[in-house]
Amino acid sequence: MTCLPARTDKKLGLAIDLDTCVGCNACVTACKGWNDQGYGAPLSDQDPYGADPSGVFLNRVHSYQVQAPDLAAITVNLPRSCLHCEDAPCVTVCPTGASYKRVEDGIVLVNEDACIGCGLCAWACPYGARELDAAAGVMKKCTLCVDRIYNENLPEEDRQPACVRSCPTGARHFGDFADPDSTVSRLSAARGAVPLFPEMGTKPVNRYLPPRKKDALDASPLAPLLDIKTSGFAGWLDRLLEKF
Amino acid sequence: MHPAPSVILFTVLSGLGFGMLAALGVIVHPYGWTAFVLWGLGYGFAVAGLLASTFHLGHPERAWRALSQWRTSWLSREGIAAIATLVLLAPMALSDWLGLGFGRGLGLIGAILALATIATTSMIYAQLKTVPRWNHWTVPVQFFAFALTGGAMMTGQRGLALGLLAVLACALLAHWRFGDGRFAAVGATMGSATGLGHLGRVSVFDPAHTAGSYVMREMIFVVGRKHAARLRVLALGLACLLPAVILGLSGSVLACGVAVVVHLLGALAARWLFFAEAEHVVGLYYGQRQ
Amino acid sequence: MTQPKINLSPPVSDEIRQTTCYMCACRCGINVHMTDGRVSYIEGNRDHPINKGVLCAKGASGIMQVTAPSRLRAPLRRVGPRGSGAFEEISWDEALALAVSWMKPLRDTAPEKLAFFTGRDQSQSLTGWWAQMFGTPNYAAHGGFCSVNMAAGGIYTIGGAFWEFGQPDWDRTKLFVLFGVAEDHDSNPIKIGLGKLKARGGRMIGVNPIRSGYNAVADDWFGITPGTDGLLILSLIHCLLEAGKVDLTYLSQFTNAPMLVIEEGPEKGMILKNADGQPLVIDRKTGQPAPWDGTGVTPDLGAVWQGQRTVFQHLAERYLAPDYAPEAVADRCGIPAARIRSLAAELARVAFDEAIELPQAWTDFRGNAHASMTGRPVSFHAMRGISAHSNGFQTARALHLLQIVLGTVEVPGGYRLKAPYPKPVEAHPTPHAVATPGKPLGGPHLGYVRSPEHLAIDADGTPLRIDKAFSWENPLSAHGLMHMLIPNAHAGDPYHIDTLFLYMANMAWNSSMNTARVMEMLTDKGPDGDYVIPRIIYSDAYASEMVAYADLILPDTTYLERHDCISLLDRPISEPDAAGDSIRWPVVEPDRDVRGFQSVLLDLGARLGLPGMVAEDGGPKYADYADYIVNHQRRPGVGPLMGWRGAGDDEGRGVPNPAQLQRYIENGGFYQAHVPQEASFYKPWNAAYQDWAVKIGLYDAPQPYVFSIWSEPLRRFQAAAEGIGPLQPPDHLRARLRQAMDPLPSWYPPFGEAAGAAFPLHALTQRPMDMYHSWGSQNAWLRQIRGRNALYVPTKVWDEHGFCAGDYARLSSPNGEIVVPVAHMAALNENTVWTWNAIGKRKAAWALDEAASEATEGFLLNHLISECLAGERRITNSDPVTGQAAWFDLKVRIERVGPKEQSEPAFAPISRVVPKGERRP
Ligand SMILES: Nc1nc2c(c(=O)[nH]1)N[C@H]1C(S)=C(S)[C@@H](COP(=O)(O)OP(=O)(O)OC[C@H]3O[C@@H](n4cnc5c(=O)[nH]c(N)nc54)[C@H](O)[C@@H]3O)O[C@H]1N2
Ligand SMILES: Nc1nc2c(c(=O)[nH]1)N[C@H]1C(S)=C(S)[C@@H](COP(=O)(O)OP(=O)(O)OC[C@H]3O[C@@H](n4cnc5c(=O)[nH]c(N)nc54)[C@H](O)[C@@H]3O)O[C@H]1N2
Ligand code: SF4
Ligand code: SF4
Ligand code: SF4
Ligand code: SF4
Ligand code: SF4
Ligand SMILES: [Mo]
Repeated sequence: MTCLPARTDKKLGLAIDLDTCVGCNACVTACKGWNDQGYGAPLSDQDPYGADPSGVFLNRVHSYQVQAPDLAAITVNLPRSCLHCEDAPCVTVCPTGASYKRVEDGIVLVNEDACIGCGLCAWACPYGARELDAAAGVMKKCTLCVDRIYNENLPEEDRQPACVRSCPTGARHFGDFADPDSTVSRLSAARGAVPLFPEMGTKPVNRYLPPRKKDALDASPLAPLLDIKTSGFAGWLDRLLEKF
Repeated sequence: MHPAPSVILFTVLSGLGFGMLAALGVIVHPYGWTAFVLWGLGYGFAVAGLLASTFHLGHPERAWRALSQWRTSWLSREGIAAIATLVLLAPMALSDWLGLGFGRGLGLIGAILALATIATTSMIYAQLKTVPRWNHWTVPVQFFAFALTGGAMMTGQRGLALGLLAVLACALLAHWRFGDGRFAAVGATMGSATGLGHLGRVSVFDPAHTAGSYVMREMIFVVGRKHAARLRVLALGLACLLPAVILGLSGSVLACGVAVVVHLLGALAARWLFFAEAEHVVGLYYGQRQ
Repeated sequence: MTQPKINLSPPVSDEIRQTTCYMCACRCGINVHMTDGRVSYIEGNRDHPINKGVLCAKGASGIMQVTAPSRLRAPLRRVGPRGSGAFEEISWDEALALAVSWMKPLRDTAPEKLAFFTGRDQSQSLTGWWAQMFGTPNYAAHGGFCSVNMAAGGIYTIGGAFWEFGQPDWDRTKLFVLFGVAEDHDSNPIKIGLGKLKARGGRMIGVNPIRSGYNAVADDWFGITPGTDGLLILSLIHCLLEAGKVDLTYLSQFTNAPMLVIEEGPEKGMILKNADGQPLVIDRKTGQPAPWDGTGVTPDLGAVWQGQRTVFQHLAERYLAPDYAPEAVADRCGIPAARIRSLAAELARVAFDEAIELPQAWTDFRGNAHASMTGRPVSFHAMRGISAHSNGFQTARALHLLQIVLGTVEVPGGYRLKAPYPKPVEAHPTPHAVATPGKPLGGPHLGYVRSPEHLAIDADGTPLRIDKAFSWENPLSAHGLMHMLIPNAHAGDPYHIDTLFLYMANMAWNSSMNTARVMEMLTDKGPDGDYVIPRIIYSDAYASEMVAYADLILPDTTYLERHDCISLLDRPISEPDAAGDSIRWPVVEPDRDVRGFQSVLLDLGARLGLPGMVAEDGGPKYADYADYIVNHQRRPGVGPLMGWRGAGDDEGRGVPNPAQLQRYIENGGFYQAHVPQEASFYKPWNAAYQDWAVKIGLYDAPQPYVFSIWSEPLRRFQAAAEGIGPLQPPDHLRARLRQAMDPLPSWYPPFGEAAGAAFPLHALTQRPMDMYHSWGSQNAWLRQIRGRNALYVPTKVWDEHGFCAGDYARLSSPNGEIVVPVAHMAALNENTVWTWNAIGKRKAAWALDEAASEATEGFLLNHLISECLAGERRITNSDPVTGQAAWFDLKVRIERVGPKEQSEPAFAPISRVVPKGERRP
C-alpha cells in the first residue's frame, strides 16, 4: 500500500490557530488518553516513575520565542502531530505496506498488523510525527482519530478528534481541506495559513494559522478636559460635571 | 541520527559482502576450497549484514513483509535485490567450489544484482529529504566505493584495490565536503519548521517534553565538531590511507589480511560518522540548529 | 493491494459515569468511561457549565492519577523518629481511637491546642463547621497563602472578587485586560473565554512580567516590573480622570462616590450618615441631603455640604495629582509613558465609544425603572500576580476602582459576578476566636472585619489565633495565614499548640515559605525531649513530602472513589447566569484500606461527641459524608446542595430529599438554578436579582448595596493608627497601618524592596497549565511533559553573566541561596527571573525514583522566601492588610556557576511509605 493514492476524496486535517493556542498541553494528554485505549496497541510508557521515563505521544506542544528587531519578543506555542501530508514520504518508504494513505479522506495510517517496526517512515517524516512503540514494536502516529470521526457509537457532536474536542481554547479545528467552504479552508484563507517545512515537499494537509500582529496598540492619547494646572481642581470638576 | 550498532553493522557488512559477491561474480574466478572460502565469506558478510538489519526491527518475524513494496520503497527493493543476488549467485558459487564449470553469464547477472543491492541500500539513505547530508549523490558513490573497495581487497585484487582505495578516499572527502553544507543548502530552518520565520528569529522557549522520546533518541544525535573532525581523520586513515600503504608495501596474504581488517575498522568509523553527523530536520523543532 | 478494512465504529466503553474532576480546583464535569469495571477513558462532560466538554492536560490524564503507585494504602502510625519515614500500618479503628485519644483531652481543657488547617479543600463548609464544633479558634484553609488579597480586595470594594467568583462577560466583551495570571482556578473557563474572544476578533491585553501561556496569546503585552501594578492602574485612572472619561452616571448611582466624607473630629474620614446610621447623598434636584437609596434621588458627585466633600472629589483630587501621571510612574513600572497613555485611551475608547445597549428592562433598588441595560465591553481579570505581593490588597482595590470608573462591573460586556456573589461585606460574618473548653466556638472562624472591635485579640492585644489572623499585624486576614501556622507553633508565638491536624496541604515542601527551615521546625525537639509540635495528624491521598512528617496518617481516597460536594455554602460552580453546585461520587470503589476524609471527619466528630455530629441515641448522626450532604441543614431548608430538595422540585430551599444524590448523578453530577433574564446584570442593584437570590436561599432578605470606593473599614483602622478610638495598635505597627489602611486605593513599594540594591532582580513562579502543584509529578503522562524546571533568565541578565545552555546559577536572597539550572527567555521583564512552581520534588517522594529529574534538576524557589520580614520582631512576610503571603516580593541576586547535574539544596531521600512505582497500570 505504499503507493500514494492519485487523489483522495477528502482531505481531512487540522487547522491549528497559533494566535489562540496557550500551550496548555490538554490536546497532548487527551490524545494519549484516547489512543491508549483506541486504535491499535496502547501507547506504552517505559520507566514511567523512574529517572528516565519515555513514552509514546502522538501530539506534542512546543513553545518558541520569536525576536524581531525593535519589537518586543513574542512567545508562540506550537502543537505538533502528523500533518497527513499529500505527498507523504513516510508512506512511500514503507517496505511492508503498513503505512498507507486512505483514499476516502487522506488520513495517513499504520496498519499495525503489517508493521515490522523498521522505523524508516519515522526517518522520512520531517515533522517527527511518528513514534515507535517500544512495547508493541510497531510504529504509532496520529490517526486523526479515525476511530472517532466516523464512530456511530459516539454522539454526532463527538465525532471529531479527541484533541479537538478537548482543546479548551478552541485553537484546533478539524475539517476537510478539499472543501473550500469548510471552516478549516475558510480559516486558512482568511488568516494566511502556513504549511510547515514547505521545502520538504510533503504538501502537508494540516495548516497553522499564524499569530496575529502583536503589540500594535496605538490609540492616540486622550485629550485632557482642560489644563488642570491653570484652571484648578474646581474648574476641572465643573467641566466634568457639565457632561453629566 | 542515532548511530545504532545494528545499522552500522548492517551497512558495513552487507556492503562488504555484496562487494565481494560482485567481484566474485565477474572479476575473480576462484575454484576449489579457495572458492569455498571466498564465496563463503561473501555470503557470510552479506547475510550477517542482512541479519543485523533485523535486530532493530520491532517485529523481525514479519520481516518477509518487507519484500512487498518494491514499487515505492527502497528498503523493499533492497530486500528483493539482496535475495535475488544471493539466490542467483548460488549456482555460480557452487560451480566455482565444486568445479561444475557453469558459464560466467550467471556471475555477471549476479554481480549486477549485487551492485543493484548496494545501490538500493544507499538509496534508503539518499532518498531521505529529511536528512540533507544523506540526500545527495555522494551517498551512493560512497556506498559503491566502500563495497567495491572491500570486495577488491577481500578477493585479493591488489592493484584494483589500490585504485579503489583512492576513489573511496575521494568519495569520503566529497561526502564530507558537500555534506557539511547540505543542511544550509536545503534551507530548512527553525523558521520554516515552525512557520514562524517571517516573524523574526525563532528559538526554543520551553521544550515540548522533558522526558526522552523515540524521535529524540533516534533522530537527534549531537556529535561535537572537534570530535567529528578527529574521527574523520581516523576514518580516512584507517579506511583508505593505511590499507593503501600496507598493500603498497606488500601483497602477501598477511598484508592483505591486515589491510582488510584496518579498512573495516575505518569503514565502521566512517559509517558511525555517517549516522552521527547526519542531522535530521526534526531537530529544528528542538532547537538543535538555528 | 487494497487498503485494509478497519473498524471505524469500535465500541468506546461499557458505561459512562459522570462526576466532577479533581485534578485541580476548577471542578470540571467529566465522563468516566468504564470498561470491564475499570476506568478506561476520561473526557469532558459537554453539558457541564464549567468546562462544556473540554478538559485540561491534568483532567485528561486523571486515569494516571487514580492509578498512581503513590496512592496511600492504609492508615499509618509513626514508629521511628519523626521525618524518618518509619511507619506501621494500623487499622482504621486503631487510627481513629488514637486520634480521639489525642484530641479529646484538648477539647475538654484547651481546644485552641488543636490547630486544624486544610489545603485546597473543597469542603470548607464541613471542615470549618467541624472545627467550630470542636471549639478551636485555629482553623483556616489555604486562602491565606493563596490569594486572599484578591478575595478581600474585591469583597471590601465591589462585594465580589476575581478568583473564581466572577468572570468577564465572555460573549460580549471586546477588550479584555489580564493582570498577573498564569492559569488560575478557573482554568478551563478562562481558556474557553479567551477562545471565544479571539474567535470574535476581540482584543486581549496581558499585564505580566512574563509572556507565556495566556500572555503569549495577548495582542499586547505590558511586561511590567513586579509589584508596581497598583501604580500603573492608578496612572490609568489619572489619565481617564484628566480626560473626563469616567462613567459619571454609574459612579453616582452605584457607588459611594457621591457620599460625603467627614472632614474633622473623631469621625474624621467616615462617611456622613443620618440619625438612623444611613449614609447621605446630596440630591442634584434639590441640593439637599437625601437617603442614598431613596426613590428618584440623583446623587450629586460634586456636592459640598457643610464643608464635607464627596468621595468622588477626594478620589479625583488624589489621582489627578502629578504623582500618578504616566511620566511619573513609567520608570518604576518599566513601561513607557506613551504606552500607558495609549492603554488608557484604548480603555476609554472601547468603554465609551463601543458601548452596547441590551434591550432588557430592569428596575433598580431605588425603584427606578430602566428601559435597557448599558454595557461597557471592557473587562478585567487578575490573580496572584497582583495579589501575592505585600501591596496586593490595595492593588486589587485599585483594579476594582479602575473597573468602577469605567462603569464596567456587572454590566453587559464587563465583569460579572457569580452566586453567591454579589454580597456586601456587611453580609459576611465577623471572625470568632474565643475558645471555651468543651464548647463550640461562638461562630465561624473566618469573616470580614469591619472595625478594630472585630479583631481576634485579647485585652492586651495578643492574637487569639495561632496564625495571628485578625490581629493588628494583618487585621483583615479573612482566610487566615496558613503559611504562619508551623513557624508560629514552633516559635510558641503567640502560644504553643499540642496537635497539628492537617488535610491536603504539602506543608513540608512546596506550600511553605522557607521550606528547609520548616522541615526542621517539624522535627525540632524542645528541652523536654518532646517535639516542639508534639503531635501531627495528616490526611493525604498520596505519598507526598508531608507524609513523612506526620505521626498519624489518615489515608484519603482519590477523587473517583468518594463523595464530595461542591456547595454554594463554599466555593460552588456558579456561572453569571446560574447558581450551581455539584458532587463527586464513587465511580469506582477503592482497592485499598482508605476512607474519604470527610466521612472520617464526621466519624471523629461523633466519637468526640461534637454537637451536630451525634445522634440522639449517642451514635453518629451521619453514616458518612453522603448522608451529611443530603441531610445536614445549615439553616432550615438550606443544606450543602441546592438542587432537588424537598419532594424533588425544590430549588435552594426545601427539606432534605433522600433521593437527592441520585438525582445529581442522573443529571451529570451538577445542578443549576438559572438567573432570570431581567436579573442577569446590575445584580447588586437589580431588584429582580435580589428577589431571586432570596428565593433560592442565597440571602434571607434583599441586600442591595453600593460599591465602596471609599472604604470605611479601612479608614477605621487607619484612624486607630492615627490615635483615634479606644482600641489602639501597638506602636511598631502604626506607620504601616496608616499607609496600608488607606480608605482610597493606594500604592506603596512592596516590602521585598527592603532587600536593597544587593538583590536587584525579582524572582517569581508561575503555575504550569499541565501540573497541579506537587501532585502532578506522580502522573506518568504529565511528568513526561514537565519533569524538571529551569530558572528563566531575561536576555540582559543572560548576556551580562555570560550564561550558556546547560549552565547552573547561584540564586541568593536575604534568606539563603539555591543553585539551579538556567534557561534563556526573551519575552521577559528585564529585571525578572522565574521558574515553574512546585516541579522540584524531594527524593523518593511520590513513589518516584530517587534519581528522578524532578528531584535532581528540579528545584523550589521557596527556600529563598522567608516567612518573616527582616528585623527583630517576627512580623509575617505578608500583606499588612490581609496577611496574604507575599510570595512574589522576593528579590534575588544571580551568579553563574557553570554546568552541574544536581540542584541545591539537595535533601536526603525520604523513606518510602509506598513502594517505588515500577510499571504503569
Ligand atoms: N514559591 C511558591 N510557592 C507557593 C506558591 C507560589 O506561587 N510560589 N503558591 C502557593 C499557593 S497559592 C498554594 S494554594 C500552595 C499550594 O499548596 P498545597 O495545597 O499544599 O499544594 P499541593 O501540592 O497541591 O498539596 C496538596 C496535598 O494534597 C494532597 N492531595 C491531593 N489530592 C488529595 C485528596 O484527594 N485527598 C487528600 N487528603 N489529599 C490530597 C497532595 O498529595 C498534596 O500532598 O502553594 C503555595 N506555594
Ligand atoms: N494548572 C494549574 N492550575 C492551577 C494551579 C496549579 O498548580 N496548576 N494552582 C491553583 C492555585 S492554588 C492558584 S492560587 C491559582 C493561581 O493562579 P495564578 O494567579 O495564575 O497564579 P500564578 O501561576 O502564581 O501566576 C501568577 C502570575 O502573575 C505574574 N506576576 C507575578 N508578579 C506579578 C506582578 O507584580 N504583576 C503582574 N502583573 N504579574 C505578576 C506571574 O508572571 C504569573 O504569570 O491557580 C490555580 N490553578
Ligand atoms: S506528517 Fe510525517 S507521518 Fe504524517 S503524513 Fe506527513 S510525513 Fe507522514
Ligand atoms: S516502521 Fe512500520 S510503518 Fe514504518 S516503515 Fe517500517 S514497516 Fe512501515
Ligand atoms: S487527531 Fe487524534 S490521534 Fe491525532 S493528535 Fe488529535 S487526538 Fe491525537
Ligand atoms: S489544547 Fe489547544 S490550547 Fe492547549 S496546547 Fe493544545 S492546541 Fe494549544
Ligand atoms: S481544569 Fe483540568 S484538572 Fe482542573 S478540574 Fe478542570 S479538567 Fe480537572
Ligand atoms: Mo493557591
